[in-house]
Amino acid sequence: MFEFCVEPSQLQGLTWLSCYLTTGKHMAFYTSFGTVLLLLALTAPTALLFGFCGAVASRSAIAPLRWIGRTYVAMVRGVPDIVFFLFVPIALDQGFEYIRHMALCPEVTEPIRRGNDFVVCTAAKLPLNADPQWMHETYGFLLAVLSFAIVFGAFAGNTLRGAFEAVPKAQIETAQAYGMTSRQLFWRILLPQMWIYALPGLSNLWAILTKATPLLFLLGVEDIVYWARELGSMKTSAFSYPHPNWQLWYFLGLLVFYLLLTWVSDRAFARLMARFNLGQGRTGSDTAAAGVGR
Amino acid sequence: MKSLIKGTVAGMIVSVALSGMAMAQTIRMGTEGAYPPYNFINDAGQVDGFEREVGDELCKRAGLTCEWVTNEWDSIIPNLVSGNYDTIIAGMSITAERDKVIDFTQDYYPASPSFFVAMSGQSVDLKGGVIAAQAATIQAGFVAESGATLVEFATPDETIQAVRNGEADAVLADSDFLAPIVAESNGELEVVGQERIGGGIGMGIRESDGDLKAKMDKAIGSMKADGTLNTMIKKWFGDDAATF
Amino acid sequence: MSCLATIQAYGLRSLGIGERLLPKTDITLCEHFVLIGSGMIWNVYFGILALGFGFWMALALAVGKNAHSPLLRLPATSFIFLFRGSPLFIQFFVAYQLFVLLPKVGVAINLGFVEITAETRWLTRAWLGAVIVLFMNTAAYAGEIFYGALRAVPKGDVEAAAAFGMTPRQIFWRVQCPTMLRLAWPSYTNEAIFMFHATTLVFFSGFPAWRQAGDALYYANYIADKTFNPFIAYPVVAAYFILLTLVIIGLWGLAEQYLNRHLPHGQRRRTRIRLPLIR
Repeated sequence: MFEFCVEPSQLQGLTWLSCYLTTGKHMAFYTSFGTVLLLLALTAPTALLFGFCGAVASRSAIAPLRWIGRTYVAMVRGVPDIVFFLFVPIALDQGFEYIRHMALCPEVTEPIRRGNDFVVCTAAKLPLNADPQWMHETYGFLLAVLSFAIVFGAFAGNTLRGAFEAVPKAQIETAQAYGMTSRQLFWRILLPQMWIYALPGLSNLWAILTKATPLLFLLGVEDIVYWARELGSMKTSAFSYPHPNWQLWYFLGLLVFYLLLTWVSDRAFARLMARFNLGQGRTGSDTAAAGVGR
Repeated sequence: MKSLIKGTVAGMIVSVALSGMAMAQTIRMGTEGAYPPYNFINDAGQVDGFEREVGDELCKRAGLTCEWVTNEWDSIIPNLVSGNYDTIIAGMSITAERDKVIDFTQDYYPASPSFFVAMSGQSVDLKGGVIAAQAATIQAGFVAESGATLVEFATPDETIQAVRNGEADAVLADSDFLAPIVAESNGELEVVGQERIGGGIGMGIRESDGDLKAKMDKAIGSMKADGTLNTMIKKWFGDDAATF
Repeated sequence: MSCLATIQAYGLRSLGIGERLLPKTDITLCEHFVLIGSGMIWNVYFGILALGFGFWMALALAVGKNAHSPLLRLPATSFIFLFRGSPLFIQFFVAYQLFVLLPKVGVAINLGFVEITAETRWLTRAWLGAVIVLFMNTAAYAGEIFYGALRAVPKGDVEAAAAFGMTPRQIFWRVQCPTMLRLAWPSYTNEAIFMFHATTLVFFSGFPAWRQAGDALYYANYIADKTFNPFIAYPVVAAYFILLTLVIIGLWGLAEQYLNRHLPHGQRRRTRIRLPLIR
């Protein structure tokens, strides 16, 4: 980074530190904060979509759809997220490649599972052989987003289902009395009214989601925990910047990052809540009660 | 880089069609990136170490283009068989258990002993004391069977730390990993014993990938024959290291 | 080995009872279930202790955060912010690092009939250290839940109780606390589920496993490492946790019925509806 960093072993004190903190690896560490924020930004709407589908399905009048919705919400909620992340992403990846294999190389007759190996034809690989590294990274990242969205979609589904049920019966009856069809009722009454009940739960969910991001390294994404571990671990003189085990300091840095993130999101949700409450004829304390929990 | 999940490249050497063409095949090399001097991430953020150098040379000789990816040690084999990368080159000893699931090339690093390291000047009972090891390593398996009390940590760093802070009496790990740490501890740590566990280190390859294995075997053979491999071993592990 | 023999050998392996060596090759489905089930003992142990002690601490935190005096309010608020604002993963790491720094000493504790020596090195073991971290974590989350519910207790109830001449202490225990629990219960059920899920992090990131005695995820990891197949061991853990979650929902549901026993039948579930479900 700086010109005086050419010979790290000659450096002392602050100069050493300024060079140390600007190595390529540290830059990757700083970038990974962006990765985490990007993951959050992509996962939140995706999970909301999954949750919405789950909630609507579990309230559906069509029995099989209802079972699917309920099973999804109940099953995924029952499994700890770490356990889920340890096998579902690999399964998803294999699933996608399997489908592509079926579609793209019907002529290949050899089995896909050969002993322990999972082998699909070259054209079915995701991403392809020849694709550059950034595509592999992006694919891995998107798979992580999908895995997070499946898990948190189940929780969002639970919250949204509760919110649908919380819309006052009287409003629904009034709408029916006006002769609204069930479709109209859903779009004009249920959906707009439901958000006010869902928001506290969703803000909670956001808080849990942010707290789950340290598990990203399990999904093969080089996130802040990966780099904090890597940078903090003891470095012998084989490295340009030898130092003892500094992991504690790096982790304390992450702690500060997460506290800040929580603080900012708490404030944002408080504002959003205040806006939603306008014209709702509810007291602030009611929503305070609703806003409890993780 | 890394990737549990990443889709995967080249892999399948279904490339009969490709082999005649000038275009080099892309092979993804899976490593851990946290096991110096075998493999580690250097200050520029790149995979570096003995295996990086060997791997790049092997790819050159085999006429392959290589991409390096890192993966958690715990899931390094499942991701190989699932096709997320094509080789494991991560200081992995050739063992019978692993050989059942994946294939190994011939060894590119001879079997080296594992060291017991403890605080200097303490008498340690290696058969009955508390021995730290990284979880899911052959050393952990060895300690579990030796009768000593095994304490397993997620990372190798934590095992050293456990010895320093008195949680464990000694740590059992690969000698090449421990030697520089002991050397730089200003006499605080010392080697108190050694044990031969496991065979040499080879490259892990899917069982269905016979072509790639043959190519790599041939490349390793040629590096052994002309002495380049020994030069690299000496460069990374010192002049006393065992060579071919 | 028959499955019954496997249960005898490994059923209590996580407590250090039974066969000393874990199976190494050809791990059967039965061994999957038995070993991982044995590990579940620890998950249940961590969960019960953390929730059991955490409940009372959470009450104290909720009252503290709701207090007028900044002397009570500030510590409670900061505690909740610190533990709710940071990932448990990092809390475990930092706590373990701090625990190993403590000097290794014994503290004699006189229990009246017997004197035991509590050692600070116990803190570096999962059975105590991890319980403390989980306890503080759940106390903070539940404290926030209870605090929100406490603020939603109708003012009229409190004023009526005061008019009856109840002391503040009586008002809290007889009026505020029961209503608060009723309001908070659905969220608290979720918190309990999450707490049990969080116990899988103990050996995964924070604390070392001694003598290969660990929790369900530890054994699943061990098996996946031996079989190189993640598609059996981890789903087995998942199945156990789905069962455990159903049990928790059942137990917490019973408690909810008890809390709402004064309501007529049709309305028993009303509080659930009033309080948008959290997680």
